[in-house]
Amino acid sequence: MHAIHAMWLREVKRYLRSRVQIIASLAQPMMYLLILGFGLSPVFQQAGQGNYIQFVAPGVVGMSVLFSSVFSGVGLLFDRQFGFLKETLVAPVPRALIMIGRTLGSATNAVLQGTLVLTVCIIAGFRPASLAQLPLAFGFMILIAIVFAALGTAMGSVLKDMQGFQIIMNFIVMPIFFLSGALFPLTNLPPVLKILTSIDPLSYGIDGLRTELINISHFGASVDFTVLVIAAVAFISLGSYLFSKIEI
Amino acid sequence: MIRVHELVKTYGEFRAVDNISFTVPPGEIFAFLGPNGAGKTTTIKMLTTLLKPTSGSLTLDGLSPATHQTEVRKRFGIVFQDPSLDGDLTAYENMDIHGVLYAVPARLRAERIESLLKLFELWDRRDGFVKTFSGGMKRRLEIARGFLHTPKILFLDEPTLGLDPQSRNQLWGHVKNLNESEKTTVFLTTHYMDEAERVAHRIAIIDHGKIVAQGTPDELKTQTKTDSLEAAFLALTGNSIRDESANAGADNLRQFTQMWRR
Ligand SMILES: Nc1ncnc2c1ncn2[C@@H]1O[C@H](COP(=O)(O)OP(=O)(O)O)[C@@H](O)[C@H]1O
Ligand SMILES: [Mg+2]
Repeated sequence: MHAIHAMWLREVKRYLRSRVQIIASLAQPMMYLLILGFGLSPVFQQAGQGNYIQFVAPGVVGMSVLFSSVFSGVGLLFDRQFGFLKETLVAPVPRALIMIGRTLGSATNAVLQGTLVLTVCIIAGFRPASLAQLPLAFGFMILIAIVFAALGTAMGSVLKDMQGFQIIMNFIVMPIFFLSGALFPLTNLPPVLKILTSIDPLSYGIDGLRTELINISHFGASVDFTVLVIAAVAFISLGSYLFSKIEI
Repeated sequence: MIRVHELVKTYGEFRAVDNISFTVPPGEIFAFLGPNGAGKTTTIKMLTTLLKPTSGSLTLDGLSPATHQTEVRKRFGIVFQDPSLDGDLTAYENMDIHGVLYAVPARLRAERIESLLKLFELWDRRDGFVKTFSGGMKRRLEIARGFLHTPKILFLDEPTLGLDPQSRNQLWGHVKNLNESEKTTVFLTTHYMDEAERVAHRIAIIDHGKIVAQGTPDELKTQTKTDSLEAAFLALTGNSIRDESANAGADNLRQFTQMWRR
C-alpha cells in the first residue's frame, strides 16, 4: 500500500512540475476543437447533426486523456534510460504493486490534463448539457485514464527504445484515437469500420463522455461502463505481468 | 551468505558470464576485480534479481532469487554502476521514496535520511532537484541511499567511479564501519586496485566471463609472484585494453530524449 502511494505520488509530482509540458500539450486538443470544430461545423449542421463543437468537445477531452495517459505510462522508457527504473525493480515490493502505483499516478495526471482541456473547451464555447451529470463524466474520464495508463505501462515494459515507441504510436495509439468516434458519430458506418470501432475500448470511453456531457449515446452508459472496467482489469493484469518480467 | 555455482549468462552466442563459482561467507567484504566487459555487472544483476541466469545456481542467505524474489530483495542494498536516481525529484525525495519502498518506518526514515545526507555533505542541497547535481553529488546520493535501509548484503558496483579522492576515502571508511558494526556482507567491484587491497578480505579476478583467480590479496600476490595487487592483476589478465561495447539502442534513446527535453 505504501509502495503504491509512493509511486503514485512520484508520478503526480513529476507531472505537476512539468508546467511547460502541461501547457504545450493543450495545443493539440485545441487545434482539434477550434480548427476542426469550426471548420466542420457548417457541414455537420447541414447534415442535420447539430453543433459540431458540442459534438467534438467530449471527443477532444477523451483524446487528451488517451494521449496523456499513454505518454505518462510510457514514461517507463525514460526511467529505463535515466536509470531510476532499476531502483524500483530491486525494491522488496511485488512488482505488480509498483506497476499499479505508476499506473494510478499516470491516470491521475491524465485526468488532470483532461479536466484542463474540458475547462478550456468550456471557455471556448462548449456547454455541458447538465451540471448534475458532470461527476459521471469525470467517472468516465477516470476509467479511460486507467485503461490507457495501464496499456502505456504494459507497452513501456516491453519497449527498449524510442523507435519502438514511434511504431506503437503510429500503429496502436493513433488508430485507437481515430477509430473511437471522437471525431465522427458511430451511426451508419460501413461494416468494417463498425466492427473496428466496436472493438476499440476508447469508443466506449468517448461514448460515455458524450452520454454524460451532451446526452448523446450510442452504446448506452452501462455498456460503456462495463466494457471499460473489463478493459481496465485486462490491461492492468497484462501490464503487471509484463512489468514483473522486465530484465535489465 | 552468497553462493554461486557454475553460473552462466549468454547473450546470443556471447558468454558474458562463463561458468563461475564462488561463495561469500557472512560478514565478509568480497571484491570482484576485472577489466571492462569482464562480466562483473552481469553477475551482480543476476544476484540482485534483475537478470535470469542462463544456467547454474545462486543463493543469497540460502534463498534463490528466481523463486524468492521479494525475500531476496529485502536482504540486499545496491549501488548500481549506472545512474539510478530520479532527476525530477529532490535529493530528499529520492531518499524518502527509497525508504518507503524498503518499509523503513517514518520517524526512523527521517532520522536516517538526515544523518546520511549530512554524512555525505548533501544536507544543504536536500531540496535541490537531482538533475542539477554534479556527477560526484549524484554518486554520493546514490551511496547514501544504499545505506538507508541497513541491508544484510551490500552490492557496490564501481561505487567510486567519478568521485574525488576525499569522497572515495570517506566511502570506504563508511563501508568498513558498516561491515564491522553491523556485520554487513559486502560485494564490490572496482577498477582501483588500491581500494580493493585496502578494504577487501577476499578478491576474485574475473576476465572474459571466467574467474581466473581468487583468494586474499596476499594469496594472489604469492600465487603470481608479484609484490602488488596491481601487478598481480596485470599478470592474470594481460595488458590489452578492453572497451565496453557501446550499447547502440541506449545511445539512440539518449539522443532522442535530449531532443525531446529541449
Ligand atoms: N544486454 C546485453 N546484450 C549483449 N551483450 C551484453 C549485454 N549486457 C552486457 N553485455 C556484454 O557482456 C559483457 C560483460 O558486461 P558487464 O557485465 O557489464 O562487464 P563489466 O561490468 O565487468 O565491465 C560485455 O562484453 C558486454 O558488452
Ligand atoms: Mg560493470
